[in-house]
This record gives sequence, C-alpha cells and structure tokens, in this order.
Amino acid sequence: MTDLQRHAMTAPEVRPAMAPVAPGIVLPGQRLEFPALEPLPLDCGVSLAPFTVAYQTYGTLNADKSNAILVCHALTGDQFVAEIHPVTGKPGWWETMVGPGLVFDTDRYFIICTNVLGGCMGSSGPATVNPATGQPWGLSFPVITIRDMVRAQKRLIDHLGIDSLFCVTGGSMGGMQVLEWAACYPERVFSAMPIATAARHSAQNIAFHEVGRQAIMADPEWSGGSYQRQGKRPERGLAVARMAAHITYLSEAALHRKFGRSLQDREQLSFGFDADFQVESYLRHQGSIFVDRFDANSYLYITRACDYFDLAAEHGGTLANAFRGTKTRFCIVSFTSDWLYPTSENRAVVHALNAAAANVSFVEIATDKGHDAFLLEEPEFFATVGGFLNGCAEHRGLKRP
Amino acid sequence: MIAIPATRPRSNIRVDLQIIADMVTPGSRVLDVGCGDGALLDWLQHNKSVDGRGIEWSQAGVNNCVRQGLSVIQGDAETDLRDYPSEAFDYVILSQTLQATFDPKVVLGEVVRIGRRAIVSFPNFGVWHIRLALLLTGRMPVTDSLDSAWYETPNIHLCTISDFVELCDDLGIVIEQGMVLDRKGQARQLRAPGFMSNLLGEQGLFVLSRR
Repeated sequence: MTDLQRHAMTAPEVRPAMAPVAPGIVLPGQRLEFPALEPLPLDCGVSLAPFTVAYQTYGTLNADKSNAILVCHALTGDQFVAEIHPVTGKPGWWETMVGPGLVFDTDRYFIICTNVLGGCMGSSGPATVNPATGQPWGLSFPVITIRDMVRAQKRLIDHLGIDSLFCVTGGSMGGMQVLEWAACYPERVFSAMPIATAARHSAQNIAFHEVGRQAIMADPEWSGGSYQRQGKRPERGLAVARMAAHITYLSEAALHRKFGRSLQDREQLSFGFDADFQVESYLRHQGSIFVDRFDANSYLYITRACDYFDLAAEHGGTLANAFRGTKTRFCIVSFTSDWLYPTSENRAVVHALNAAAANVSFVEIATDKGHDAFLLEEPEFFATVGGFLNGCAEHRGLKRP
Repeated sequence: MIAIPATRPRSNIRVDLQIIADMVTPGSRVLDVGCGDGALLDWLQHNKSVDGRGIEWSQAGVNNCVRQGLSVIQGDAETDLRDYPSEAFDYVILSQTLQATFDPKVVLGEVVRIGRRAIVSFPNFGVWHIRLALLLTGRMPVTDSLDSAWYETPNIHLCTISDFVELCDDLGIVIEQGMVLDRKGQARQLRAPGFMSNLLGEQGLFVLSRR
C-alpha cells in the first residue's frame, strides 16, 4: 500500500459536494469524507462509516483560530447561509445577518455552517448512496438525533484544528444543536446563542411533525421510502408536509396582516376547491417550491431528530445538569409571537442556566412575525446579537477588523 | 454595525451607585437585581473587572444592556432568584428595587442566600420632609426620588429605615454595614441605625449577610 492510499483510508478527505435532490449541480463549499476507519457512533446504537459532512465557510480563520463561529441551520435550512442558493437561486437564509460589516461580520469572524447529518445538501443522509450497497440509503439510513448531528459537526471542527469555537449559534432546530454543543463540549464553546428554540420538543411540536411525516408516507410515490430506486418523487406528500409546517412558522397576526380573507385572482368565491383565498395560494406555492430542494426521507429523519430531542432526559432529567460548571457565555433569544418555540420554552433554558450559575443573557424580541422572525429583518434582534457578540469578542480579546 | 464602547474606565455613574460600586471587591461575582440600563454593571465590569450579571424587568432595559455586551436576563426578582444556587455570587445588589417588589420579605431572603453579601438600598419613607408633607397636606408625598403619583407608582412596598432594620432582624439577616445618604447622595455611616438616621436619611444603604 502506498502512503497515498494509506492516507486515503485513514484521513478525512475534502471534495466538492453534490446535492442528491438536484443531480448535476455541483454545490459550492466543501465536503469532508470521513473514512471507514473513523466511524461515527450514533445514539441509536449503530456506527456510521464512512460518512460525509458538507459545509460552507465565510470569512477567514485567524492565526490562533479564535474567531470561528459555527452557525447551525434549522429543519429545512442548509449550509448556504449567505450566498445565492445553488439549487433555488434565492438569497441565503441568513444573508441579512452574515457578511462584511453585518452582525456576523465576515471581516472579523470565520463563519462555518454544515449541512446536518441526515440532510440532503451533501452530508450523509437517506438520499445519499450507501457505500456498502451502492444504492441510496432510503429508510435503511440509521435514525439520527440532534446529538448525532453535533457529533458529526465536532469531527469537522476537530479536522479544522479549532480548539474552541468563538460562538455556536442557530435558530429553531439550529438552537437545539447549540444547546447540545454547549452541553456535550462546553470547553469547545466560548459563547452560545440559541435562538427561538427549546430544550425539548413539546407534544404539540411532535404532533405537527407527525402530520408532516404522515403526509409524506401517505403519498403513493413515497413507495415505502424507496422512491429513489424506483425513479419516483413523493412531491405531493412533501408539499403538504411543508404547508402544514409553514403555518406553524407564522403567527395569526402575521397571516392576517399578509392575507386576511383576500381572494386570489378573483372577485368572488368559486364555490369549489380551487385556491380561492390568497393564503391558500401562498401555502400551495410554498409547498411546490420546497419539493425542488428537499428530500422527503430527509424530512422524516430530521423531524424525528427534533422529536427525540430532550436535553434534560440526556442528563438525568434535570436540565441544569446539562450545564453544570459551564464557562460558556450564553445569550438566549425568543420572539413574542413565536408559538412553536414560545418564550416559556426559551425561559426554561434560562432558568436551568441560572441554576447552574452560568453567564447568561436573555432577550425577548417583540414582533408579530412568529417563529420565522429569526430569519427576518428585526432591528432589535440584530442589535441584541451584535451586542452579545461584541461583548464576547471583548472578553475573548478578538481584535476589531 | 452596532457601536460598542471599547474597554476603558467608566466614570459618571449616579452618586449612590458609585457608593455601592466602591464596596465591591475587584474580580468578584456580582448579580445586579433590577439593573435598569446597566450603568452600575457596566462600570463594575470595566473598572473592577467583575464577573457581572443582571436581572431587569423592563424589556427596553434588558435589550439596552445586552446591546452593550452586558450579561442580563429579562426576569423578575420574585420568580427568578429562586433558580440560583446558594452563594452563587459574592455580591447581590438590590439598588432602589426592593420597594418595587411584590414580596420584599422573600426577595430579601433570596438575595442573602444566593450572595455571600447583599447590598441593598432603598428610599427612606421616614425622612422628615415626607413625614411633614403627609402631616401638613394630607396627601401622598411626591419627592425627587419618589416622583410618581400614588396610582401609578411602581414603588408598592415603601418602608422606613427602622422598618427595614426590623425586617432584617426578623429574618435573621446580619447588617454588616449601614449608611444613610442625604439629598445629594453623600453618605453618612451609621453606628447604630436609630431615630436620627431614620429622620434625616433620604436613602438607606445596607450590606447584609446570612447569619
């Protein structure tokens, strides 16, 4: 065996990424392949090997590697935080936050975002090929958890040689990863900013996810999860799942403000089941564009990971135990009209951090935009995030750009 | 970009806050309950390198603090203090906040539990001109420090220095140090809190600990 071959078997390898949902499109960013000799032990009891983490970065890692911020994406997000999306052609999901001179100033910080394990933008997931069979994993992909996603991310951070992340942040499911990072690897997290999230999925959260999963599985095209092999796509089911979920991201007030009872391209009711109302048309549109960029099985796996998330249960039933002795600086942010991950759930995390005498800030932002507010232009939110980061940078001794 | 002040010594905080700040040992762990706009915390963090935290009820106050890089949570003294472990802080500061709480007795018990020391200041309702105003006008006194009408004041549990000393006694709280502040915020040390300090002090300021 040559040195090169041995290296290929033992060291992670970086390659360009491809998206299983959009064949032929080479994704920007990198793809790190961990070889068979470095398996990833999962909560379900099996080990995944080889496995791949696709990621994107913005800005420059400084000499002492102290300016890295790991941004964790939400359920249907991906690593394309601040650039035109390679599949949809739309702006990055946190484009207003991440960039030169913005709150996450890429002239000052090095931003890393990975596609989560189980995702469909280049990281190992049900839509990628199982090297053992040469076929897409489908439902034979192991069920993963938020902690598994974080374990995979940590492998990447190890690979990049970053001892301590300056900040780990993210909203919604991204916030769950932040909490998991802070609990599992406190010495690797200088500051943590979980946004609009919860330390566990509530019955209501699980219920909504189950509706989405049932919609997908009720689509005959889903074919017991093996649609890829049969050249099918369960687009209807996935679109309905997206429509139901989309409602939970908004608020009653925001829906009313945006649509009210306005009719879509018509003067009067049709007395039929067309999209009479603008809100129906809007949801149908959201559903139809979603299926172009997301894999149905990925949706099953990732919603399951959220449902299984219960950080207190991982620590003997007491949430504060997850944070005992932590030196990480925390900033928790919630939004008044978010009923999916309401302030009460975020405040429960604050109380647990107080019980661990952790350094914590907590801000509730007044907005009527619902859960989605963390993705939208909210000046008060931006000011909070910027202030927290600057305060942390001062403590870390990071130079201004 | 959000402008954040660079590390530099801060000056110009309110005189009564400065007196509190001077009592705090450099490098200690401090919780400021009812930290308002964060002026005291900010000063302590930059001039005494404390590990400072705050609790503030008003959302505007909290946002302003976090925006400055201070570690502050939105919460209230009544419900949020009970989460903290005992002696989590070297000092818990309750500056001009006690009289605005629903249950001052519980709050006082909590601050001496979670702090090795508590520094508590409050307006003295026993000061001579308040007594005189009530006597002469028969109306609820409105003063420089208590400037709201009775129906809109946040100060729902006003007390005198004598009342406060008695409550500490009932709760088994040790008064390590006590002083009164005059109208200009100048301090006068108390040997034993008594009739004259209750009559002349605009504010009472006490350092407390658990027995």
